[in-house]
Amino acid sequence: MSDRPLIVAGLTLFVGLVSTPIWHGALNREAAMAALHIKLPAREKQCVAPASYMRTSHMQLLEHWRNEAVRDGQRQFVAFNGKTYDKDPTRTCLTECHTDRKEFCERCHNYAGVSDPNCWNCHNDSHVASEGNS
Amino acid sequence: MKALTPLLAVLAIIAFVAMAGHAHAGLILLAVFVPYAAFAVFLVGFCYRVARWACVPVPFRIPTTCGQQRSLPWIKPASLDNPSTGWGAFRRMALEVLLFRSLFRNNRARLDDRRLVLGEDRYLWLGALAFHWSLLVILLRHLRLFLQPVPNWLSGMERVDGFFDVATPALYLSDVVILSALVYLTARRVRNPQVRYISLPIDYLGLFLLLGSAASGLLMRFTFRVDVVAIKQFALGLAVFHPIAPRALAPIFLVHLFLVSALAAYFPFSKLMHMGGVFLSPTRNLANNNRRQRHINPWNYPVKTHSYAEWEHEFRDKLIAAKLPIESQDAATITVD
Repeated sequence: MSDRPLIVAGLTLFVGLVSTPIWHGALNREAAMAALHIKLPAREKQCVAPASYMRTSHMQLLEHWRNEAVRDGQRQFVAFNGKTYDKDPTRTCLTECHTDRKEFCERCHNYAGVSDPNCWNCHNDSHVASEGNS
Repeated sequence: MKALTPLLAVLAIIAFVAMAGHAHAGLILLAVFVPYAAFAVFLVGFCYRVARWACVPVPFRIPTTCGQQRSLPWIKPASLDNPSTGWGAFRRMALEVLLFRSLFRNNRARLDDRRLVLGEDRYLWLGALAFHWSLLVILLRHLRLFLQPVPNWLSGMERVDGFFDVATPALYLSDVVILSALVYLTARRVRNPQVRYISLPIDYLGLFLLLGSAASGLLMRFTFRVDVVAIKQFALGLAVFHPIAPRALAPIFLVHLFLVSALAAYFPFSKLMHMGGVFLSPTRNLANNNRRQRHINPWNYPVKTHSYAEWEHEFRDKLIAAKLPIESQDAATITVD
């Protein structure tokens, strides 16, 4: 009998926790409704693979590139449309098109809430970064 | 076999969603209507069940005790197993909810050369603990799809969970743990003859829905890859009650969403309600102070009694006439109240 306030308090806490997305969305409505705009490269219209594939599987493409280049010494990538690219994300991807990784890689990763790519734990991209900022 | 019906039900759900997801009307039904309906059923049903329990009177304390009650000062009481104060009951509940202490006492009986042997069996406790904690971590991790901006603690938790950085994208520890625990718990139900005997189809349904959700989630991450940004936009749209037409929702995502929705909608009707029920178990959450404090039944009312003395007074003349012995000599002075 005397426990009812306790039960109501616990139930309220539970409902509040479960509906976190709703009240968080109401408090940050603009951030929640905002679409994610990624600046597209000016020079190229076509990525090394179709955009839909890149959206879902870019990490696997990069991993394939790494394994084939480092382990098998295959450094040429023949794309789906017949064009040939260097399997070198720093020179091919970051230098040619996506010159600012903070605006391209990390923005999307932050939005999706996944940890930042760990490429630059080893790879030095200082020359690209300085170009992108200039 | 009793597991067959729930297994077929879950497989039918998967097949239905995979087929219906192609049509536009089916997409709106599966991606918008089903999650909202499931969430509403979950919340309303959960609160209703808890409110019903809260209305049940518990006039007398019926704690299950597993240790020495507090009595004389020189007898050591088991303050956790037999708490005599509210604080002790709180600590017992905390251990029960967070560490499943009562499951730790699970034991196993078997016949060893025609002798009954009782032994400890900690695997159920271990499997349950692994399952529930990894489920909590996974549910919290999913908040990254519903919160924008993503809070720092959530990113930190995600990094810890993917600490070993196995595979691309990183394989989460909690995913490995929950899948192993679910497979073990299902195998235990199927293989242990005693547990299989007392298992009903509904015991399997929750397990299969959870297994289906976890497996479809892992497939979505590693095999049939999906556009996470599109899914986050869609999830945020659901959260602000402004669902936007998704760029493309893969069938595997719809299957995952539907299985989780089915689990949420099924929750209040099932034994999964032990989530709320564990807090309201009167055998666990009350201090055992029956002998130290008087607990008066709150709906006691004055009971009309008729004592022997009153009865004798009423029939005194007849008793004397029948030469029956009279107990009270001055019965005339008895006052009847």
